[in-house]
Amino acid sequence: MIKSKSRLFVLPFLLLISFKPLQSAEMVDPIKVDWSFKGLTGTFDRASLQRGFQVYKEVCASCHSMQYLSYRNLGEPGGPEFSEQEVKAIAASFEIEDGPDAQGEMFTRPGRPSDKFKSPYPNVQAATAANGGAYPPDMSVLVKARKGGANYIYSVLVGYEDPPPGVKLDDGVYYNKYMIGNKIKMPNNLMDGLVEYADGTDSTIDQMAKDVTTFLAWAAEPELEERHKTGVKVIIYLVLLTILVYLSMKKIWSRIDTEV
Amino acid sequence: MSEHEYTPKSKAGKWFNDRLPLLTLGAHLTDYPTPKNLNYWWTFGGILTFCLITQIVTGIVLAMHYVAHADLAFASVEHIMRDVNYGWLIRYIHSNGASMFFLAVYIHIFRSLFYGSYKSPREVIWIIGLMIYLLMMAAAFMGYVLPWGQMSFWGATVITNLFSAIPLVGDSITTWLWGAYSVDNPTLNRFFSLHYLIPFLILGLVVLHIWALHVPGNNNPVGIDIKKPSKDTVPFHPYITIKDAFALLVFMIIFAGFVFFTPNVLGHSDNYIPANPLVTPAHIVPEWYLLPFYAILRSVPDKLGGVILMFSAIFILFVLPWLDTSKVRSAVFRPIYRQFFWILVIDVLMLGYVGAMPAEGVYLVLARVGTVYYFLHFIVVMPVVGYLEKTDPIPMSISEPVLTGGAEPSIARKVNDKV
Repeated sequence: MIKSKSRLFVLPFLLLISFKPLQSAEMVDPIKVDWSFKGLTGTFDRASLQRGFQVYKEVCASCHSMQYLSYRNLGEPGGPEFSEQEVKAIAASFEIEDGPDAQGEMFTRPGRPSDKFKSPYPNVQAATAANGGAYPPDMSVLVKARKGGANYIYSVLVGYEDPPPGVKLDDGVYYNKYMIGNKIKMPNNLMDGLVEYADGTDSTIDQMAKDVTTFLAWAAEPELEERHKTGVKVIIYLVLLTILVYLSMKKIWSRIDTEV
Repeated sequence: MSEHEYTPKSKAGKWFNDRLPLLTLGAHLTDYPTPKNLNYWWTFGGILTFCLITQIVTGIVLAMHYVAHADLAFASVEHIMRDVNYGWLIRYIHSNGASMFFLAVYIHIFRSLFYGSYKSPREVIWIIGLMIYLLMMAAAFMGYVLPWGQMSFWGATVITNLFSAIPLVGDSITTWLWGAYSVDNPTLNRFFSLHYLIPFLILGLVVLHIWALHVPGNNNPVGIDIKKPSKDTVPFHPYITIKDAFALLVFMIIFAGFVFFTPNVLGHSDNYIPANPLVTPAHIVPEWYLLPFYAILRSVPDKLGGVILMFSAIFILFVLPWLDTSKVRSAVFRPIYRQFFWILVIDVLMLGYVGAMPAEGVYLVLARVGTVYYFLHFIVVMPVVGYLEKTDPIPMSISEPVLTGGAEPSIARKVNDKV
């Protein structure tokens, strides 16, 4: 009886498991990278974040906005942690539109740490028009907005190849192994030695892709390090409290004949 | 229900209690005689109360920073995540809290199904509970719309469009619900308003739910009526409070695990893309806790038929106390029903799984099989099994279990007809 029952229970699960691979057959799984920010105690690699910001600023930022970040975030704990002076200098290197002033005129001034990241285009339509009809998505939460997260973003950055025979691409469309549908309107912008890292790291395509992905992962989850640290403390506290309450419960229930 | 009237010791207490007997109520809740054999499946009532309070408290704080406007909602959520002190923590508690709430409520409902807690004299508790569950689904659905991401927008579009299946007036009703000719800013505004209102309606129903519970008292794993108070019962405090506290803490550890270490795993990545009425996501899926109903909806080729079937799947539960013909409450003593119970559990899990998959090919077949079984279980299995099943002997009281060795059933058999 028990045997036949358990067989009955297992059957639906076997069916489900055997059908699962069907739907993801044509998609290539993203490359799995051993990110430093993975896991329960994961933290960002500070140097990689700073290099990643450089790649973002020199390469990505010409098309992609990051409208939910402020320059001050670059100096906050858990992020790239640029010094206060560096943050001020970074912010000041951008001309920010402000106003209206007392005369009702808009004016530009050097950026301040409290300013949001300057967007390359005034609006979505302008960005779309300037990029062959494809809107370069805002990158503030991009890592959270894609299935596969950081692995997926990194994979797309290094996933450009020649299209397989038989695949015809329109003008301004590129073949990417990891992109959903394999067609992407963003050209391969990374070339070996494209940026000159201040810390002397060799700027290979792979290195730049990893650095900028790390930077984007932080941008999407600037609270990650604090979250992990607080989480470990909270869980330890809860486990200790649970043990104490468990022992109290045992003691209280020992007054009567029933097990708890 | 202790018979003796509670009298406050202090003069001030007596003065107040004569005018509003809050202290009597407190004494009742403290002394409330509870079956001593309640297992951990019975701790989810307390856990659910915790979930509701958590959602209300975090929700009120979020509402202080959130902006219910189609152009600003997404940005205001990012403002909460980045600029509000511990905003990320409050929002992740709230969003994962919804999932934990449903996890707990499903365990609570299936516990009731297994131990026959919906049966006489507890039908009203069960019905109020279902009303709470319905309101929870409404609140969760509207809450998921508020961040105004892609899944928010398209989920709202799919669900509100269900009403257009109503003959003749369907389209007018849908437009009325939207407050516009599509899901738009007026829709977001009213959803926010209702999302704020519903938890307090739930809170009121929870009070009624507990009140109705305290009339007959708790059911228990053996499912028999017990004398209260007796040696089969313990006072609610400290026995049940400490046990509930322990179970709640274990629940909180799991909750914290989600919040701190994988806060987005239960959500959909598309909801971090701002709502765009011009771009439809490849697969529109609701949150995991609504997936079984989504599977039932899509298992019918006809829209109106699907909508009717989906709502029937919920409303059939309201008449459950009258569909179940068994005189025995607890499935512990119902060898046949017990197996059907587990088949139902697997059926609902399977419906949830296929609800997340595209409605085609084998998934559609599974969804249809699952839907048919779901209704058969309630309409056919429950009444028929209740009549035909030969139940196991039932103990006379909690203190004299027949479960352990099976040596004592002779005593218990005598009382089987009493139950």
